[in-house]
Amino acid sequence: MRSLFFQILLVAGIGFFGYTIFQNTLHNLEQRGISTGFGFLDNEAGFGILMTLVPFDETYTYGRTFLVGLLNTLLVAALGIFFATVIGFVMGVARLSKNWIVSRLATVYIEVFRNIPLLLQIMFWYFAVLRPLPGPRQSIKMGESVFLNNRGLYLPSPVYEQGFWLVMVALALAIVASILIARWAHQRQEKTGQQFHTVLVALSLIIGLPLLAFLLAGMPLSWNMPELQRFNLTGGMVVIPELAALLTALSIYTGAFIAEAVRSGILAVSHGQTEAAYALGLRPGTTLRLVIIPQALRVIIPQLTSQYLNLTKNSSLATAIGYPDLVAVFAGTTLNQTGQAVEVIAMTMAVYLVISLGISMFMNWYNKRIQLVER
Amino acid sequence: MSESENASGKMQVSDDVTIELRGVHKWYGQFHVLKDINLNVHRGERIVICGPSGSGKSTMIRCINRLEEHQQGRIIVDGTELTDDVKHIDQVRREVGMVFQHFNLFPHLTVLENCCLAPIWVRKMPRREAEAAAMKYLEKVKIPEQAKKYPGQLSGGQQQRVAIARSLCMNPNIMLFDEPTSALDPEMIKEVLDTMIELAESGMTMLCVTHEMGFAKTVANRVIFMDGGEIIEENEPNEFFNNPRSDRTKLFLSQILQH
Amino acid sequence: MTEHTPHPDLAPPASAVGFVGWLRSNLFSSPWNTVLSLFSIYILYLAIPPIISWAFLESTWIGDTREACADTAGACWVFVKVRMDQFMYGFYPESEYWRINLAFGLLIVLGIPLFIKRFQHKGKLAAFILVFYPIIAFQLFSGGNFGLEHVETSRWGGLSLTLVLAGVGIVASLPLGVVLALGRRSQMPIVKSVCVVFIEFWRGVPLITVLFMSSVMLPLFLPEGTNFDKLLRAMIGIALFQSAYMAEVVRGGLAAIPKGQYEAAEALGLSYWKSMGLIILPQALKLVIPGIVNTFIALFKDTTLVLIIGLFDLLAIIQQAFADPDWLGFSIEGYVFAASIFWIFCFGMSRYSMALEKKLHTGHAR
Repeated sequence: MRSLFFQILLVAGIGFFGYTIFQNTLHNLEQRGISTGFGFLDNEAGFGILMTLVPFDETYTYGRTFLVGLLNTLLVAALGIFFATVIGFVMGVARLSKNWIVSRLATVYIEVFRNIPLLLQIMFWYFAVLRPLPGPRQSIKMGESVFLNNRGLYLPSPVYEQGFWLVMVALALAIVASILIARWAHQRQEKTGQQFHTVLVALSLIIGLPLLAFLLAGMPLSWNMPELQRFNLTGGMVVIPELAALLTALSIYTGAFIAEAVRSGILAVSHGQTEAAYALGLRPGTTLRLVIIPQALRVIIPQLTSQYLNLTKNSSLATAIGYPDLVAVFAGTTLNQTGQAVEVIAMTMAVYLVISLGISMFMNWYNKRIQLVER
Repeated sequence: MSESENASGKMQVSDDVTIELRGVHKWYGQFHVLKDINLNVHRGERIVICGPSGSGKSTMIRCINRLEEHQQGRIIVDGTELTDDVKHIDQVRREVGMVFQHFNLFPHLTVLENCCLAPIWVRKMPRREAEAAAMKYLEKVKIPEQAKKYPGQLSGGQQQRVAIARSLCMNPNIMLFDEPTSALDPEMIKEVLDTMIELAESGMTMLCVTHEMGFAKTVANRVIFMDGGEIIEENEPNEFFNNPRSDRTKLFLSQILQH
Repeated sequence: MTEHTPHPDLAPPASAVGFVGWLRSNLFSSPWNTVLSLFSIYILYLAIPPIISWAFLESTWIGDTREACADTAGACWVFVKVRMDQFMYGFYPESEYWRINLAFGLLIVLGIPLFIKRFQHKGKLAAFILVFYPIIAFQLFSGGNFGLEHVETSRWGGLSLTLVLAGVGIVASLPLGVVLALGRRSQMPIVKSVCVVFIEFWRGVPLITVLFMSSVMLPLFLPEGTNFDKLLRAMIGIALFQSAYMAEVVRGGLAAIPKGQYEAAEALGLSYWKSMGLIILPQALKLVIPGIVNTFIALFKDTTLVLIIGLFDLLAIIQQAFADPDWLGFSIEGYVFAASIFWIFCFGMSRYSMALEKKLHTGHAR
């Protein structure tokens, strides 16, 4: 009875609070002459964006700026997750290495980078490292066709010529064949006990078959090399310094946390497991694959997904150096131009909430599955 | 010798030596853990090793399947000498089974999968054959009905019996037991010891580190007492318990039998 | 009966111990390890000497002007030295620095007994620090009473602002976090779902959108004419954001309390609030101190984000100093200085929380 009363009170309180805010906001907006609703999304934006994955110029709408920002956020998050994972796994394993110097180096890396604010690291890479680089004419050359200067990192870009589809077909075929071989090898082992080097064969198929097709089709791929002109570089593709700085900082920072997750996951598997496997005659490689990794992953995967989520949320710090992510473009420029704070912030937050909810739903599913397997 | 006194006639000890330790020394850093160990184990022999904690008894049997490395002396198991050579180590581990104090079952695999893992990946057995063999051994340790469960769902005694079955699935010639009952509740010790006695009766060569003196009296044909990293005394059980030769053995026995 | 003469302890073979043994087992135990070791040593050889020579050997420490650094190849620490006051106190009037010093000094003096084992009244003292100290500190910082000159919040800045933001964030989020954690474990469905939605909302969005929200949306929510401080708005945003994380930490503590404690409290006939306040929470909060320290570390690093909404915390004030036409081109020195300060605080706290965790764990094992 008391709890019912208490809950009704709570609902009434929240309702009243929401109503007041709603009234105040309406009133304030009216005073400032700002219209409400999502109509502004169809208006012409009238500003340019530094980097876009889809066609965009001043004549496109505000709605389009949302898409451009979202795609840029997803791009940096995806790349960051890839690099952070690689760094994290290498460093996490290195930290547990028996090699004294390797484990010390990994420890120093982890302890230094996870204890310095990410924003500071982003600004360091951007303002202290990449911005002061020389201009295009004095570009730092790395090899023949990679240039680094204050406009970004210039890389050769691939040009697909006629007949390249053959290579793609070959790649697809190789992947399908590898899957079939893996199935066959598994079934044969179940039946006869014979083992098969599936990984080796699959790898050579996936590399070899497309390579063969590539050679047979007359090498239908060329590279568009960046070239130094009088004032600038032309050709190739460019990674703008904003993206490079953000990506470097995000990968290094998150990599340190992932390394800790990997370490704790491996440590969670007791030494007795390795000993028992060895005592049964399993080789170190097999032990790692069948005994250690499956158990360590159960500890690592939940922490890993939460780090991925953090990385995605942290990519919003792009604003500070002007990388055009969702927050910088949409919650920044678009909000300033239209003044429609409520709609813009709500849409921005909704994007992150959808991503978070998606990831936590995955986590719940994963944890349930693990519990089912264990119990 | 006198094994007719302590067990049934089934337990035959042959003359050929299956494990030979000659002048084995081992150090942990500066600490001298094994000092000049000399031991011959005959096929079918059942040896119980006892001694205070830290006396090096576990270290010694862990050297036999190279879970620990020795630094001096020779260890020869079934004609294979343990060196840095990986092939030799594999060879020995295939023939030597081990049961641990904390069972060390793989928690992410079912009981049956635990038992089949090594036969499939080391002996290259077809799964069906491996499973059939595993079921045979699970019946032997009297828990075939638990085959589909995970280790976490079993009691300690059941887990240790699974661990024994898991080792037996590799058809070892020699079994090492590293304090197999120390982590068990008292009411579960008996079920594990019964399994071990049955195994002894089938003629398995066994080295057991244990404080279960009752077990030593019933099945062992030799008891070894270790202290301070060396073998102080070895004798057949009756002599060992009734007539210990060294003072330290006496003291140890009086401490352990009082309880 | 024979007396056994113990075998003497022998020294291990020379190859296994000493410097050579250490090298063999730690660096060169296999070909692969040897390659790794040599590669790492080469990297260190490339990295360490230039860093040392830049930061120490060839750096300049003496002087007050840019000219002092005219011909040094290394770091120009003069830049940091000249700006030090600003980095610490922001735009706070120089004659009033003592007030900030006093506030932090007071905190240290009050805090010391918490770390003394034999001190009896830790709970009371902690409560005093959490409730009354903020009032005293606010009086000192802001002034306007007791004859102290009023200093507007827009003049607060530097490391002291960073500490204030982190401190306020943690102190304000603790009670809110406790309430939310209790709510999330509540039997009442509406209370529970309100708390779940609240917590998951704040945990799902980046802090920067929260800060944007508090700086552009908060004024819209309030009745016309109410206009309050930018710093206060940022603090509200940080506190709300942080309370969600705090709630999850506290929830972990509540879940770790054995069920028997809840049942015992109920059996004594205590009401919900009494059993929580007297029995469950004191135990749970003690259990989650390491977790609270960890959230504090995260918060401490996150305070740098206020730079984006135009407050001058340590990072922002250093960033702002780069724009000084007299001191262009010393950004690396500035960032290294800021990074060292943040690192010392965060690393120190993380070690402290690890030590606490260890202590708690051993306490439970017994």
